[in-house]
Amino acid sequence: MMAVNREPLLQVSNLKRYYGGSSSWLRAGRTIKAVEDVSFFVRPGETFGVVGESGCGKTTTGRMIVGLDRPTAGSINFAGEELTTLSAEEWRIRRRKMQMIFQNPLSALDPRMTIRRQIREPLDLHDIGIPNERDAKVEELLDAVSLQPAMADRYPHQISGGQAQRAVIARALGLDPDLVVCDEPVSALDLSVQARVTALLQDLQERRGMAYVFISHDLRIVKKLSHRVAVMYLGQIVEVGDTDDVYRQPLHPYTRALIAAIPDMAPNHRSKRTTLQGDPPSPAAPPSGCHFHTRCHMARESCAREAPVLREIGGAHQVRCHFAEEFAS
Amino acid sequence: MTEQNPILSVEGLCVGFRTAAGFADTVHDVSFSIGHRKTLCIVGESGSGKSVTCQAILGLLAGNGAQTGGRILFEGHDLGAMSETELEAIRGRGIGMVFQDPLGSLNPVHTVGRLLDEALLLHTQLNRSDRHVRSIELLRLVRIPDPEQRLKAYVHQFSGGMAQRVMIAIALACRPQLLIADEPTTALDVTIQAQILELLNHLKSELGMSLLFITHDLGVVAEMADDVVVMRHGRVVEAGPLTQVFNTPASDYTKSLLDAVARLDTPSPAYRWRDVS
Repeated sequence: MMAVNREPLLQVSNLKRYYGGSSSWLRAGRTIKAVEDVSFFVRPGETFGVVGESGCGKTTTGRMIVGLDRPTAGSINFAGEELTTLSAEEWRIRRRKMQMIFQNPLSALDPRMTIRRQIREPLDLHDIGIPNERDAKVEELLDAVSLQPAMADRYPHQISGGQAQRAVIARALGLDPDLVVCDEPVSALDLSVQARVTALLQDLQERRGMAYVFISHDLRIVKKLSHRVAVMYLGQIVEVGDTDDVYRQPLHPYTRALIAAIPDMAPNHRSKRTTLQGDPPSPAAPPSGCHFHTRCHMARESCAREAPVLREIGGAHQVRCHFAEEFAS
Repeated sequence: MTEQNPILSVEGLCVGFRTAAGFADTVHDVSFSIGHRKTLCIVGESGSGKSVTCQAILGLLAGNGAQTGGRILFEGHDLGAMSETELEAIRGRGIGMVFQDPLGSLNPVHTVGRLLDEALLLHTQLNRSDRHVRSIELLRLVRIPDPEQRLKAYVHQFSGGMAQRVMIAIALACRPQLLIADEPTTALDVTIQAQILELLNHLKSELGMSLLFITHDLGVVAEMADDVVVMRHGRVVEAGPLTQVFNTPASDYTKSLLDAVARLDTPSPAYRWRDVS
C-alpha cells in the first residue's frame, strides 16, 4: 500500500446530483437521481477511468468535478481544498488547475475565433505570463500537441476533427492543469485518429504528470489508458479497482456483462455469450434494492429488497453486490 | 470472394458528386459480391466511401451524385437498367435497409404500427387486418416485448436499442433477401449493441437472408463477417474472407487499422506516485 502522508489529488465523497423533484405537488416523485452517492479518489498523475452506459451518471459526475454542475450533496476535495462550498468567483480561479475536454471538439471551440485566439484566451483570462510572450506560449502549446504552427490561423471548420481535439487539448494545457476531466474525448474520432490522440494524452501525462478522469463508454480505450477504473450503473459505482484486476476478474455481474459485450477481435473466437437482456431502467424510477437486479442473471429474492453497499473484496477492489464472493474464487 | 451465384455483385462501381469546387470522384472502381446467406462487412474510416457505395446500390444517392461507371447486379439483374418502378419493388422486397440513427430515420409523427403498416401497404397485397397481424409478428420477430401495445407507441417513446429493432422490423416487413445495415449499432451502448448483433445473426439464419454490413468497428466485423472489404479514400484496399484479412492482412492500411484497436489482453499502465508542483 501507499505511504500514509500521500494525499490523493482529488477526493470525491458521497456525491449526489438530483434533477427535478420540485416541491410542487404536481411534480412530486419525479426526481431523477443522476448521481447517487458516488465516492472515489484520484492520485496525482493517475488516469481514473469511468465507464458505463448512457444515463449512468458518468458525465454528470465529470461536470460536477470541474464545477459545471452543482452537486445536490456531497463533497469534492481537490488538492486539499473543499470545492463545493466555494463561490462562483472562487471556482473560476480554482478551475485553472482542473480542465475539461469534451467529446465534440467542434462544439467546444468557438467557430468565430482562430485556433490561436482560442488557445490564448484562457491565458489572458487567468493572466498567465507576460502578454506579449503569450503568442510564443501558444506556439509552444501547438507543438506539444503536434499541430503545425500554420494551424494557428485557421478557424475550427477549416481543420479536421482530430486536429480540433488537439487544439482543445492545447487550450486545456495552457493553464498547466493538475487534473483534466476527459469526457469521451476520442469517441467522435476515427479509429486511427483515436489511437494518435490517446497516445498524445498518455505522452502528455508522462511528461507533465497530469491526472485524468477519463470518462468513456469504450471499454477497450479505458483498459488501455487507465490505472484504475470505476464502473457505473444508474448513478452508482458498482465496481472500482485497479484496471487489470477489474478486467481480469470482474466481481460485479454488470461488469462481467459489459466486458462480455465487447466484440472479440479474434475471428475464430465467436462465442455464444450471454447477452444482457432489456434496456437499463429509467433513473427516474430505479429498481428497489440492488438497481441491477432486474437485469441480473444471478439475482435472488433478497436483491430486490436489500440495497448492497460498495465493499472491499481483496485489496483495493470494491464491489456493490451481495454475492460478489462467488466470483472471487 | 467470387461466388457462383451471388445475390449481389458490384462491378467496377464509380460514383461522383457535383460540388461547388467541381466534380468530385468519391468512389473508384469498387467491386465485391455477396453470396446467399452470407455476411459481407465493408469497413473503413469516415470519408472512405462505404456509405456512398451502399446508397448507390439502393439508388439513393443525393441529387448532386451520380453513378459514373460500373454495374450493380442484384440476382443477376442490372439495377442501373431498371425503371424507377422496378427499383421501388427491389427496395423493400429484394433489399431492406437499416440506418445508423433510428430516431432520425423514422417518422416521429406516426405510430410504430402506422410505420409498419405503410411498408406492408406499399410492398404487399395484404388487407388491413392481415397487415395488423403481420405487424405484430414482425415486432415479435425482432423481440420487442408486448407488441400489441407497442404498435400504438411513437418512436420517441422507445429507447435507442428498441427503436433500432423497430427499424429492423420495417426493413424486414417484405422479407428481403438482402439486408443492408449502415452502422446500425454505432449509436448504441455496448450491451445493446451485443443484443442487436445477436438479433441480426439470428434473423439472418432464420430468414435465410444475406447481410451487407457497413461499420468502422473492427470488433463488430470480427463478430459478424464472413467476408470483409476494407475501403479507404473511395477505393477497395483489401478484400477477402474474415480470417484471411484479420490474420494475414495484405495491405499496410489494414495492418495499421488492426493495430490501432486497443487490445484487451495487454496490461494497463502501471501507476507510480508523483508529486505535484
